Amino acid sequence: MTYQKFFHPEESYSRSEIEALQLERLQATVRHCMDSPFYRERFRQAGLTPSDIRTLDDLKKIPFTTKQDLRDTYPFGMAAVPLDRCVRLHSSSGTTGNPTVILHTQKDLEAWAEAVARCLWMVGCRPEDVFQNTSGYGMFTGGLGFQYGAERVGMLTVPAAAGNTLRQLKFFTDFGTTVVHAIPSYAARLYEVMCEKGIDPRRDTKLRTLVIGAEPHSEDTRRRIEDMLGVKAYNSFGMSEMCGPGVAFECPEQNGMHIWEDYYIVEIVNPDTLEPVPDGEVGELVLTTLKREAMPLLRYRTRDLTRILPGECPCGRHHIRLDRMKGRSDDMIILKGVNIFPIQIETILMQFQELASDYLITLETVDGNDAMIVDVEMKDLFIDDYAKLQSLTREITRQLRDEILITPRVRLVPKNTLPKSEGKAVRVVDTRKKY
Amino acid sequence: MTVQQLSVFIENKSGSLVRVLRLLKQENIQLIATTIADTVDYGIFRIICSQPDKAYRVLREAGVAVSLCEVFAIELDDRPGQAADAIELFAGEGISIAYLYSFLLKGKGVLIFRTDHAEKAAGLISSHGLHAIEEKDLSLLL
Repeated sequence: MTYQKFFHPEESYSRSEIEALQLERLQATVRHCMDSPFYRERFRQAGLTPSDIRTLDDLKKIPFTTKQDLRDTYPFGMAAVPLDRCVRLHSSSGTTGNPTVILHTQKDLEAWAEAVARCLWMVGCRPEDVFQNTSGYGMFTGGLGFQYGAERVGMLTVPAAAGNTLRQLKFFTDFGTTVVHAIPSYAARLYEVMCEKGIDPRRDTKLRTLVIGAEPHSEDTRRRIEDMLGVKAYNSFGMSEMCGPGVAFECPEQNGMHIWEDYYIVEIVNPDTLEPVPDGEVGELVLTTLKREAMPLLRYRTRDLTRILPGECPCGRHHIRLDRMKGRSDDMIILKGVNIFPIQIETILMQFQELASDYLITLETVDGNDAMIVDVEMKDLFIDDYAKLQSLTREITRQLRDEILITPRVRLVPKNTLPKSEGKAVRVVDTRKKY
Repeated sequence: MTVQQLSVFIENKSGSLVRVLRLLKQENIQLIATTIADTVDYGIFRIICSQPDKAYRVLREAGVAVSLCEVFAIELDDRPGQAADAIELFAGEGISIAYLYSFLLKGKGVLIFRTDHAEKAAGLISSHGLHAIEEKDLSLLL
C-alpha cells in the first residue's frame, strides 16, 4: 500500500508559511494566557498587553517562565481554562519542594497524539506495523504519550510497559513487533538478554525501527544499538512540561531532530545572560507553546542545552533541527528516563540523625542499565551492630525510592572520606558508559 | 565486670584497616583481641586493647569513626565444653548475644560478648561464680 509522505500539511510548510502560522498562533496563545491567573499577573507586572505582540520578534518582550514558576503555582495556578474542561494531568516525581503539574484538555491530548503520530510516521511507521512500548505508563509521559500517538498512526500497539525483559522478548516473537520504543540503555539490555536466550534479532524477530530517547546518548551509542538489533534507531526528544514525547524527532536522515514549529517557537539563549545565541551555537532551549489550551507556556526555560543545526535538511522539511542535547544548565540528573534533582536525595538523607551532611551520588552502567549509588557519611556516634546498620541502610533506600522512583544502592561510609573539591563537596559523579 | 571495646567503622577498601592499626602503633597501644566480619561495603572493626580511652581519643582526633562500649569478657578454663556450658547458661535465661569472639590469654580462654541484657547477664555471672575480667585487670594480664 502506498501512503502520503507527510502526516500533516504543516509538516511540509515553507519557512514563510511556518512563520505566518506561528505569529497567528502566538497572538492567540498570548490572548488566551490572559485567562491564566499567573500570566495575567505577569503581563500586568511587565506592563504588557496582548496587543503589544505584533511580530514574532515581540516575543522577546515577554518574561521567561521557569520550572520554579510551575512549582510556585502548584498544582493548578497556571491553568488557562476551568478545571472542569481538563481531562488529564501529568506530574513530575518527587515530594521535595513542589512537583510540577501539566494539565491537559481533550483537545490538548489530541494535539499531543497528532504530534507523536507525525514523528512516528516520519520514520516510516505505518498501520501494518506492530508497536511495542517499553516505557513506564502512568505519570511518566513516555508511556501514554507514545501509546496515543501510535494508535493515531493506526499501528497495532503492545503496551508492554517497563521491565520484565523475558516477557518483552516473548511479545517480540509472538506478536511480530516491528517498532519498539525504549530508552537506549534498555535497548542494550534487550540485546544482552536476547544473546543469553539464543535469540537472533535479525532472524527471530521482525524488529525494524527503534525509537530511543529520554536519556542522553551519543551517536556511537545509536550506531551500536542499530548494529546489535539490526534496526534503524531514531532519537526522540520531549519533556513533560511540553506534554512529553513528540516535541522533536529525527527524520530518516538521522541528522538532528526536527522540532515542530507549528507547535512551538524555539529560542536558544545564553543561560547566564539570557540573550539569544547565534544559530549553530550551544545555549539553553527556550520554548513557547502554540497549541495548548489548558496550560500554555510562554518562553519556558527548559534547562536543556543544545544548538540549532544550520542549513536545510535534505528530507524536505523546513522545521528547524536541534542537535543532541549537550547537557543541562542546572543539576538535574536523567536516570532511566526519570528526572532527578540532587536536592531530592539530600532532603531525604538529612532527615536521618545517624548521617553526616556529606554524600556522593555516583551514576554508573551495570549490565547495560543505569544504576545509582548513594554514598553517605555516618556521623561519629553510630551503632555497634550490623543488623541495625543494615536496617538503617534499608530504610534510607526505601525512602529514597519513594522520592525518586529508582532504587539506589546506599552505602554508609565513614565521615571525612568522600571527595571534596576546592572546599565544595562534589555531589554527582557520572561514570555511565555512553556505549 | 566488663571491659572496654573500641568499635571502628571502616570501609571495605584497601588501606582502611592499615590506617587504624598504624595510628594505634604510633601511640604504642597493644592489641589484645580483634575481630572483623566480611561484609560488602563496610565493616565494624572491634578491638580490645591496652589503654582503650587513649586509643579512642587518638582515633577520634584522626577523624576515624569510632565508639567505645562495654562488653563482657568471661575467663574460662582451656578445656572442651567450657564455652558451651557458659553460653547455655545465658540462653537458658533468654539472654541473647549480639556478637561473640574469643582468644587465649596466659593459658586461659576468654569469651568476649555483647548483649542488650547487660544487667541480667551481670547478675547471672555473679550468681554462678563465673570469672568476668575487669578493665583494670586486663593490662595486668599482658
